[in-house]
Amino acid sequence: MPASSRRTRRPKLAVFKLASCDGCQLSLLDCEDELLAVADAIEIAHFPEASRRSVRGPYDLTLVEGSVTTPHDAERIREIRGVSRRLVTIGACATSGGIQALRNFADADALVAAVYPRPDFLRTLATSTPIADHVRVDYELRGCPVDKRELLDVIIAFLHDRRPAIASSSVCIECKRRGTVCVMVAHGTPCLGPVTHAGCGALCPTYDRGCYGCFGPADSVNAAALGDAFRAAGTPSGEVARAFRTFNAAAAPFAAEGDRHGEA
Amino acid sequence: MSDPAGDARALDVDGLDRLIAALSERGFAPHGPIVRDGSIVWGPLRGVADLPAGWTLEQDAGRCQLVRRGDGALFGWAVGPDSPKRLFLPPSLQLFTARRDDEGGFALDPPAPAPGPIALIGARPCEIAAIAVQDRVLLGSEHTDAHYRARRDEAFIVAAHCGEPGGTCFCVSADTGPSARSGFDLALTELHGDGEHTFVIEVATERGAAVLEAVPHRAATGDEIARAAAVVTGAASRMGRELETDGLRELLYGCREHPRWDEIAARCLGCANCTMVCPTCFCTSVSDLTDITGATAWRERSWDSCFTMDFSYIHGGSVRPSVGARYRHWITHKLASWHDQFDESGCVGCGRCITWCPVAIDITAEVVGLRSDGSPPPRTRTAGFRV
Repeated sequence: MPASSRRTRRPKLAVFKLASCDGCQLSLLDCEDELLAVADAIEIAHFPEASRRSVRGPYDLTLVEGSVTTPHDAERIREIRGVSRRLVTIGACATSGGIQALRNFADADALVAAVYPRPDFLRTLATSTPIADHVRVDYELRGCPVDKRELLDVIIAFLHDRRPAIASSSVCIECKRRGTVCVMVAHGTPCLGPVTHAGCGALCPTYDRGCYGCFGPADSVNAAALGDAFRAAGTPSGEVARAFRTFNAAAAPFAAEGDRHGEA
Repeated sequence: MSDPAGDARALDVDGLDRLIAALSERGFAPHGPIVRDGSIVWGPLRGVADLPAGWTLEQDAGRCQLVRRGDGALFGWAVGPDSPKRLFLPPSLQLFTARRDDEGGFALDPPAPAPGPIALIGARPCEIAAIAVQDRVLLGSEHTDAHYRARRDEAFIVAAHCGEPGGTCFCVSADTGPSARSGFDLALTELHGDGEHTFVIEVATERGAAVLEAVPHRAATGDEIARAAAVVTGAASRMGRELETDGLRELLYGCREHPRWDEIAARCLGCANCTMVCPTCFCTSVSDLTDITGATAWRERSWDSCFTMDFSYIHGGSVRPSVGARYRHWITHKLASWHDQFDESGCVGCGRCITWCPVAIDITAEVVGLRSDGSPPPRTRTAGFRV
């Protein structure tokens, strides 16, 4: 198809954010080599971090970063869904509630009182929740932040009407494909890789660190078996809980394991 | 043509270095064990200096530590996480690229040519047995794997008979070691200590003999030959693990509803490490990818595993949704149905799945458990994919 006729029918892309750090949408701007080709294939209609220009919806593909933490967020995500043909959530906040979901395990009012001098100005929810708890989501892209190659593949897959080529298996598979020696078996380093969703390319183990679980739980995991292994290797209970209570603290398998090892 | 008793040769360390150089001069890319990331893995080899002199791997279930031996032995350890599988069946491979042309059709680019032939220096008997298993799977029928063949066909193999089994080794049970019987061009046995460092060399092929001719060497003495034999006999008596293989196929076929599966499922992470490190596991999956414009598409093949949900996903869901069902499938294929498919066991007794399991699940212990947990309950017919 000639480029000119395709351009007239370019689908419209929107990028929205709720409670988040902006790191995931920055991953799109990080696609420096590919950005012009992306902009040629899809109209960047609403992306406040990239441009002041905003084209009204509806949008063909909407990327949403961030979690729902306020009554206003909960309202806004319904409006966003209403103007989006395909809605893809990107990053740990949008897919599991993010690090701010630590409030789910604490007394949110007490936290607010401890942090803000005038909490009465604040309207916040007791929990931080993923977008899929509020509206229908077409695809969830994991990561804290998302991997830019995977983000590109989601956009390309949308443009060509195929499934994203993104595996939901463990980080271990990425380590072994790369030839990275297992930090847990060879060095005794606690690593969340065996229960964590692939996507980062085994970044931390390749640099001799245990996996921090940025991509959340893999497709069918036994987090309890890993928690037990950490304990058996001498990791104190509280540290096991903290290992599971990070960027994807509220994802069900990690939340349960955090509870099991948490201090009373 | 292999006749170790009458025909054995001997090389010193410098001779082994020259052998590696001679293979390199003949166009082979020498690969062997190197120390990296606190372990011993397969990697490109420039010479003897790259080999793990004085290192060993202390192994047990879920644990592998690189430690000093206190001597200068080059092959004083068993196997690391890698196997030659990485070289012959690469973890990721682009199979082809397709380009859209102006007339609405497309043209296929051939895959990048395979790298030149590899020479394996110090392949263990269990690794050589695993190569034979993969040969049968990937080259043994009319549907051969061209990418595997391109890497495998010309490969030159220098075996290293084992003198130092690891804590999870059970090649004696698998009948694959500690000495290799076939599948190599040259085989070495390392003799070291008291100022001696000699490799007794067994010549198995004509091209092996030709390469050796290019390297200064001598005939092995009767004493050296006897001590080389003692090295592997000693190794055979120090296996870290044991697997009773009698009736194993029937045992596993009779265990479909065994309570042990749930018990394993409570411990198994479902992480797939066992299948990744297994030198015979051959499963891969392919993904079709496109560039942004859709003008170019390519197909990638990567190692995959029966432990993932994606791998058995068909319309309606995964065939084996529970971890217990996936472990059962893996061990049953490895030790039982492999016999029906390929007339041999899929397990070579290298112990990698035991060592590299982060939670120390031990295939030999699971077999003992399946044997000793009492008679399995009567088999019940179940519909569909219930697990």
